[in-house]
Amino acid sequence: MRHCMSPLDFSVEEIDQLLDLATDIEHNPEKYSHSCEGKKIATLFYEPSTRTRLSFETAMLNLGGKVLGFSSASSSSASKGESVSDTIRVISCFADIAAIRHPKEGAPYVASLVSKIPVINAGDGGHQHPTQTLTDLMTIRSIKGRLNNMTIGICGDLKFGRTVHSLIAALVRYTGIRFVLISPEELRIPDYVRDDVLRKNNVPFKEVIRLEDALPELDVLYMTRVQKERFFNEDDYIRMKDFYILDRAKLQLAKPDCAVLHPLPRVNEISVDVDNDPRACYFRQVQYGVYVRMALILTLLGVKVC
Amino acid sequence: MLSVGQLQEGVVLDHIPAGKAMDIYKRLKLDRLDCQVAMIMHAHSNKMGQKDIIKVEAPLEKLDLDALGFIDHTITVNIIRDGRIVEKQKLKLPKKLVNIIHCKNPRCISTIEQGLDQVFYLADEEHEIYRCRYCDEQYHSSKKKGA
Repeated sequence: MRHCMSPLDFSVEEIDQLLDLATDIEHNPEKYSHSCEGKKIATLFYEPSTRTRLSFETAMLNLGGKVLGFSSASSSSASKGESVSDTIRVISCFADIAAIRHPKEGAPYVASLVSKIPVINAGDGGHQHPTQTLTDLMTIRSIKGRLNNMTIGICGDLKFGRTVHSLIAALVRYTGIRFVLISPEELRIPDYVRDDVLRKNNVPFKEVIRLEDALPELDVLYMTRVQKERFFNEDDYIRMKDFYILDRAKLQLAKPDCAVLHPLPRVNEISVDVDNDPRACYFRQVQYGVYVRMALILTLLGVKVC
Repeated sequence: MLSVGQLQEGVVLDHIPAGKAMDIYKRLKLDRLDCQVAMIMHAHSNKMGQKDIIKVEAPLEKLDLDALGFIDHTITVNIIRDGRIVEKQKLKLPKKLVNIIHCKNPRCISTIEQGLDQVFYLADEEHEIYRCRYCDEQYHSSKKKGA
């Protein structure tokens, strides 16, 4: 049985197959609309995330399956002190596949150790968020037509931003990728990403503070939100939250075909006056997220659609 | 000069950096072994200037060599039979550590999940870096950390 804990659980070839499947779903949704009839997904969300949870639930509903689960720890047995291992043992009796989001890093992996059904990591603290990464890869591939030979700027909270860590780990496996890491000093990329992922794979990268300095050379700009829930100290959050704001004036510095992505929700980091620019791809990204989660559910359940 | 008797059967841990023997005694849980243990501290060493030595009157299997390898893989492990060294066991950095160190990342699931083993894997042998299996938090081996 296969789980999805990190984007690296899949080889480059497997990711290509997954994205091909997601693209086929995008173009032929009817073909897949009954493929998971009789199947159920449990969305076990120990911290709030309307977007990711609804994306998983939409994905299963689009496949003809059903959904169950909870959307906060307070409405689950965790509030009574139940362990993650016990919860997944119980859920294994109810559902065919589970998507788990948990504030503690490694919680979905712990669940996968004892689970009888495939487990998808739907985000674990500041650690990994593989389905967001698959969404990001699909968005980049669909818009740019490739996943290699690009300069990718990643801006904002690079320290706690799990989408960033997962995306970098996935993209270093493609040739000709170069990163520009844009963050305040306090939110720089963690050592384990810089050393074990970037340097170890000889991937060229530079770290800058000013977004304006990086914009002209980027093929893709990946903006992130400074997440309040990752800070122990509110003063630090207030100091960091408006460090970067991409507005129409700044976007003039970017290439005409630069794709602007954001895992959403955005707060202030992308001004609403950017939304109508053809380079703004973050709402299309949400739609790609549903297709890629549909493809992942089919793959982990071993459902073949002819 | 202090004299400690010869070990007939057991293990001698030699070339322990001076002053570290008590730490190793505790981390190998030697107090829980039902046997004689002798600890010699700040002994003269041609190679190290000063060193510590631990003599344990117990078979090698009673010692956690993974823990010892993590603490300091340059320590010499001599196996003694009939009062003679019959084998020198070379320590190496263990690929995996189970319940030897604890993850200090407050966001790690291992800080709250009941009955969960503390598992670390060797991520970078050259730099002696271990990572928590659950959250990837980085730890250096004890020797490197102390260096």
